[in-house]
Amino acid sequence: MTTIPLNKRRGLFRRKLVDRIVGVLSVAALVLAIGGMAWILWTVFARGASVLSWEFFVNPSKPYGALNAGIGNALLGTVAITLGAAAMGIPPAILAGIYLAEFGKGTKLGNAIRFAANVMMGMPSVVAGLFVYAVLVIPMGGFSGFAGSVALAFLMFPVVLRTTEDMLLMVPDSLRESALALGCSRARTALRIICRSARGGLVTGILLAIARVSGETAPLLFTALWSDAWPKNYFTGPTANLPVLITEYATNSPFEEQHAAGWGASLVVTLLVLALNISCRIIFKEKHHGR
Amino acid sequence: MDADETIKISVRNLNFYYAGGHQALFGNSIDIPAHRITAVIGPSGCGKSTHLRVYNRIFELYRGQRAEGEVRIDGKNILDRDVDVLELRRKVGMIFQKPTPFPMSVFDNVAYPMRLHFKLSKSEIADRVEYALRGASLWDEVKDKLKKSGLALSGGQQQRLCIARAIAAEPEILLMDEPTSAVDPVATLKIEDLVLQLRDKFTVVIVTHNMQQASRISDYTAFFYKGEIVEFDKTETIFTNPSHKKTEEYITGRFG
Repeated sequence: MTTIPLNKRRGLFRRKLVDRIVGVLSVAALVLAIGGMAWILWTVFARGASVLSWEFFVNPSKPYGALNAGIGNALLGTVAITLGAAAMGIPPAILAGIYLAEFGKGTKLGNAIRFAANVMMGMPSVVAGLFVYAVLVIPMGGFSGFAGSVALAFLMFPVVLRTTEDMLLMVPDSLRESALALGCSRARTALRIICRSARGGLVTGILLAIARVSGETAPLLFTALWSDAWPKNYFTGPTANLPVLITEYATNSPFEEQHAAGWGASLVVTLLVLALNISCRIIFKEKHHGR
Repeated sequence: MDADETIKISVRNLNFYYAGGHQALFGNSIDIPAHRITAVIGPSGCGKSTHLRVYNRIFELYRGQRAEGEVRIDGKNILDRDVDVLELRRKVGMIFQKPTPFPMSVFDNVAYPMRLHFKLSKSEIADRVEYALRGASLWDEVKDKLKKSGLALSGGQQQRLCIARAIAAEPEILLMDEPTSAVDPVATLKIEDLVLQLRDKFTVVIVTHNMQQASRISDYTAFFYKGEIVEFDKTETIFTNPSHKKTEEYITGRFG
C-alpha cells in the first residue's frame, strides 16, 4: 500500500483553532455559572450578615413594624416540618427504590412506578401544596405543620426513590450473585449487602432531597401558612417557617428593618442548604476513597 | 472412573435457554466424581459458565433464563421445584471471576455465612473464621487486619477471602468460575495451590480459560464446544490422547 499523499492531509491549523474555541467556551460557561453563584452568595451575605445576632435566632418573628424581630419560631417550625416530611417521605421512597432496582427490573409494575415517579418529579411544587390543601387542610379544618410536612414529603418521595434506584443499580451484579451464592435470600441480599454497599449514595440522595425541600415556599403557603407565634401543636394551627417568613418580610412588609431580617433569614437558609450539600460531598468522598 | 470414586453430581440431558429463547446448552450429560477437581474448558461463549451456573441455580437471578433436564446432586434433582435454593447454595458454594468481598471487615466477610446458616457463639465463630482463613491460605497475611475492610486487600487476597467465605458456609461442592482470570500470576499460583488442597474436603468444579491450569490442577476435564460437552475424561487422557478431533485442535491451540 502506498502512503497517503501530503495534499490529502487535513489542515492542522483548523483543528487547533476548533480545539482552542471549545476550550475557551467551556471555561467561559464555567465562569458564568460559578460567577452567578458567587454573586448570589455575596449578595445574601452582604445584606443578611449584619442582622445575625443571638437575639435574631431566639426571638420570634414580629408583626410588621415591631422591633427586634427574629426567626426563632420559623427556624423551629422549618426543622419540625422538614423532619416530619423526611419521616413520611423517605422510608417508602427507599423501599420503592429497592423494589425497582432489585425486584421490579423490567417488570410492568416496575416501569409504571418509575414513570409515575418521573411525572411526580416534574410536578410544580405549588401543585403539591394545592393538592394537600384540598385533601388535608380543608378536611382538617385549617393549616398545620403536619400538612406542610405532607406536601414536602410528596416532593421528596420521587427524588429519593430515583436516587435510591440509581445508586443500587450502580452496585455490580457480581456482588448480588456472590451473596445469593452463599445462600442469602433476595431480600437479605438487597437490604444487607447491596444497600450497605450503596449506603454513601443513599445518604447523599436523602440529604439532597432534604436540602431541596427545605427552601420550598409555594407548597407551604397552602399548608403550614405562617404565624408569628412559636409552633405549639404540629397538627393544628398555622406554623412559622423560614421560606414563608422570607416571603412575608421581603414582599409584604413596608419596613426596612424587616427587609433586613428577610435577608438574614435568606442567609440562614442558604447556609443550611450549603451545609447539607457539603456533608453530601464528604460522605460520598468517604465512600469512594475511604476504603 | 476409578473404583474408589463416587459420583457427586450427575447431569442428564441438560438444556439451557436465555431470555428470548436462545439456547445455550444442548443435552449436556456428565458425571462429576466426589473429592476430585474437575476442570471445564472450551472457547469463549461455549457455555462453560452457563453450565456451572445451573448447579447452584444462580441463573435464576435473571428473568427469563431457564434450565431443563436433570442435575442430580447426591441423587436429588436440584432443578425440582421443591428444592430449597437457600440450602442448595449453602451446600454448593461458588467463586466468581472478579473477587467480590462484601463491604465489611475481613472478619465479618468470613463470619457472614456462618451467622447466616448456623447458630454459633462468638468464640465458635472466631475459631471458625480463623479455620476458614487458614483453609484459604490467607490467615498469616490478614491475621493483624481482621477488622480492616475486605475491600482494602489486594486482588489476589480478596479472591482468597472469597474462597474462605465460601468455605465458611460448610459446602460440599465448590464451583469456581475462572477464579484466577482477574488476578496476577503470583496470586494465580497461590490460588491453584489452594484449590489442590481443597480437593480433600470438597468436590471442586473449575471453569478455566487456561489450559495449563486445567492440566496442572484437575483430575478430570470436560471440553465444551458450542454448548455441547464434546469430551469428558481423565485430564491426562484429554491432554495426551483425546478421542475427538475438536478436543485435540483446542488443546493444541489451533482455535479458541
